[in-house]
Amino acid sequence: MYKYVVKRLLLLIPTLLGAAVLVFLLLRAVPGDVCQLRLGGGGEWIDPVALEQCKIQLGLMDPMHVQLVDFLTSFFTFNFGESMWTGRPVSYEIALRFELSLQIAIMATLVSIIVAIPLGTISAIKQNTWIDYLVRTISIAGIAIPSFWLGIIIILGLLITTQAWTGTPWMPPIDYRPLWEDPAYNLSMLIWPAVATGYRYSAVATRMTRSALLEVLREDYVRTARAKGLLEKMIINRHALRNSLLPVVTIIGIEFAFLMGGLVVTEQVFNLNGIGKLFVESVTNQDYVMTQSLVMLVVTIFVLVNLVVDILYAVLDPRIRYS
Amino acid sequence: MSAMKTSFTRLALAAGLGAAVAAGGVVAASAEEPKRGGVLRIVVGSKIPSYDGHRESTFGMIHPIRPFYSLLIRVNPDDPQSSDFICDLCEGDVPAPTNDGRTYTFKLRQGVEFHDGTPLTAHDVVATYNKIIFPPEGILSNRVSRFSMVDAISAPDDHTVQFDLKYASPGFLPMVATPFNFVYAKKDIEREDPEGKDPQYGMKWHQNNINGTGAFSFVEHQPGSHVLGKRYEKYHHEGKPYLDGYKAISAPKMSVRIQAIRGGRADIEFRGFPPKSRDDLVKALGDGINVQESAWNCTFGYAGNQTKPLFQDKRVRQAMTLALDRWGASNYLSKIAIVKTVGGLALPGHPVATPEDVLKTYYGYWPDIKKSREKARELLKAAGAEGAHFKIWNRAVDQPYKVVGTWMLDQWKQVGLDVEQVVVPTGPWYAGLRDPNAFDVAIWPSCQSIVNPIVDAGAWLSKDRAADNRGYYTDKVLDEWYDEMNREGDPDKQKEIYRKFEKRVLHDEAHFGQVLWWHKINPHRSFVKGWKIAPSHYLNQSLDQVWLDLPDEERKQRTMDELGG
Repeated sequence: MYKYVVKRLLLLIPTLLGAAVLVFLLLRAVPGDVCQLRLGGGGEWIDPVALEQCKIQLGLMDPMHVQLVDFLTSFFTFNFGESMWTGRPVSYEIALRFELSLQIAIMATLVSIIVAIPLGTISAIKQNTWIDYLVRTISIAGIAIPSFWLGIIIILGLLITTQAWTGTPWMPPIDYRPLWEDPAYNLSMLIWPAVATGYRYSAVATRMTRSALLEVLREDYVRTARAKGLLEKMIINRHALRNSLLPVVTIIGIEFAFLMGGLVVTEQVFNLNGIGKLFVESVTNQDYVMTQSLVMLVVTIFVLVNLVVDILYAVLDPRIRYS
Repeated sequence: MSAMKTSFTRLALAAGLGAAVAAGGVVAASAEEPKRGGVLRIVVGSKIPSYDGHRESTFGMIHPIRPFYSLLIRVNPDDPQSSDFICDLCEGDVPAPTNDGRTYTFKLRQGVEFHDGTPLTAHDVVATYNKIIFPPEGILSNRVSRFSMVDAISAPDDHTVQFDLKYASPGFLPMVATPFNFVYAKKDIEREDPEGKDPQYGMKWHQNNINGTGAFSFVEHQPGSHVLGKRYEKYHHEGKPYLDGYKAISAPKMSVRIQAIRGGRADIEFRGFPPKSRDDLVKALGDGINVQESAWNCTFGYAGNQTKPLFQDKRVRQAMTLALDRWGASNYLSKIAIVKTVGGLALPGHPVATPEDVLKTYYGYWPDIKKSREKARELLKAAGAEGAHFKIWNRAVDQPYKVVGTWMLDQWKQVGLDVEQVVVPTGPWYAGLRDPNAFDVAIWPSCQSIVNPIVDAGAWLSKDRAADNRGYYTDKVLDEWYDEMNREGDPDKQKEIYRKFEKRVLHDEAHFGQVLWWHKINPHRSFVKGWKIAPSHYLNQSLDQVWLDLPDEERKQRTMDELGG
């Protein structure tokens, strides 16, 4: 197992290198630059001398290969440089937002697990009954409805209902306070996006739980267990569900990794100052340094989460051994 | 302190355009007694690149950072619709020039201190303006070329600042009043790098640090989230500010900003909302919302790319402007977009702006759109350009770009032109504008802070002089008139030159098509008092005159919530 983990970690290096080159080239394929946006993005008049100087300062006038070597050198020496937009260290900008994104990812994943596993299980057990149809309808709706749209509806719903009930419209806070500083404020802000995204991901996981459980329930060992006279509850909990969770864990793991950087639109809808919002801002600002670092961060998270998921396989299924 | 009123600094914008309009509630009469305390919550739709006003040009920096700083002179916060300038750090009236209009001497207030306790002297102001106008190599200052009239800045004594100009220029005072000209402490500008690496450390210090003499002192900035400021007790305008503090919350999405005001998470947004959002807020909150509206010092126009043969023929350019029903659009387009005012190159109401009756004689401004379009067809036929095909190069921003771009497309189709619209994100859009092969017709907006049409006319000079010229034309007559106008000391003669300059740009050569001026709509919670709308989203942002008409307990609670007491 130890050798396997080390090998997987070493594989991270070529993966990151490939991703780094790819993101570097793709970003520069888009016309435009951060200086023009920064100095005149709002339609303001731009001093041409200032524009030129900005480009020189940010290294945009350097040859492409020099920029690439600079980027790779700084990345692999863990010096991520400074944001081209704010001039602050990239690590500082990311660290500021990481906490919020991590909290949202955990909360949404919890929502997803809490909803998906019971519903998927019930749906499989009650296959082709009205309960199954209802659960399937809910889960298909979850897949079909974009979470940002659900977010907008949640906010509008809160505004309208609170105004109707109390006379004063209320919406979730739009500025972040950490959980340990002001738990009520923090949760009243983050519960809504967690529900909006958690519902979306729970829909996928519900369907996965249902189909995996149905498959396992048809296995010989389940029939044997039933023949032995084991309680159905025990068969489901101890034998069937546990064995059907492998694909569900994979899905939830990938979702978690995605949530760390992929909540681009939902973060905008709820005005969350997270990694996703930073991502979209850095792309629209053509802040190459920040975008490159964020992509590398997300790639690293994906690789590490996949590794954790693989290790979890072995925990869930003792037959799986890595060597 | 009385306001300086000269013929060119006084705008006195026409009441119909400039006056604040209230909807859903009545804008508070200034006679009300301001209440002290509380924290104002602002939503800001753009991001802060750095704190250095000299370097930046975005409202994303001005709205959260301007309250920390003072200016030498500023637009009158009690009457921002006029361009009456009043002293901020200077004392008494804004000085009249001496030495044939080539010397301005400002007397500074005494006893002003920076937030760190450093006393303000004339040397701070000199160091500030030297940084803005004569920055050393490697230091980015975004207004160098607009101060081209300045020869030298000096401090005859600790409380006197003198600007010597190369030539008399009515554009000088408006440039000094530009809200980006934050006054810094000389000792900060001259700071040395603690690590001894960067010889220009002090010049860059304000990019990431704040030390001003403004109404509020810096508490915290959480990038991407908010900026928090608290009242500066030693502020030099006595009795102000009224607020205990303010919180500027970053909210890039317009829908969030609108909902935040509706849902009580924010009190005001200073840039402006579209008419539909105003109506929604008024409908939802009734008396709980006040709306202030104003003409906006942002032009929205277009230019045909004159490196392309089609647009080299001025008859085609004239036909394009003739096809646009500006007067009609002022009524119907203004219901869905943030544009409204019909005007020439100068913001209507300004003394140099062309009166409406004269404007109506220019191509594209005729009141009879049928006649106008007939003439357009005639010109296109004469130019052999009937049914000519071209593309509008537009920016993927709804307000007002896409909305007005789509309207323009329809207008041109009505004279038989075959028009397409290419909408691209901001970065590629700018990149395309820099490449004359990339586009046919470019959307050409221009937003300014102080209404200063004489200097702003520089945007329409020949390509070799105006880097931003999107028509890629060369017109040496315009260049000559511009220089003449900027060196002319007599306001009447200056106006005369401006008018012929404008006529050539819009009518004779039709290099540029001014479509409509933007229209600023600021709905805010009705308890926000003391703030008056200006014709620019960069102006009147010191917040020192703003107060909250809320019960004492609520104001105290806000202070507790945001500042902890």
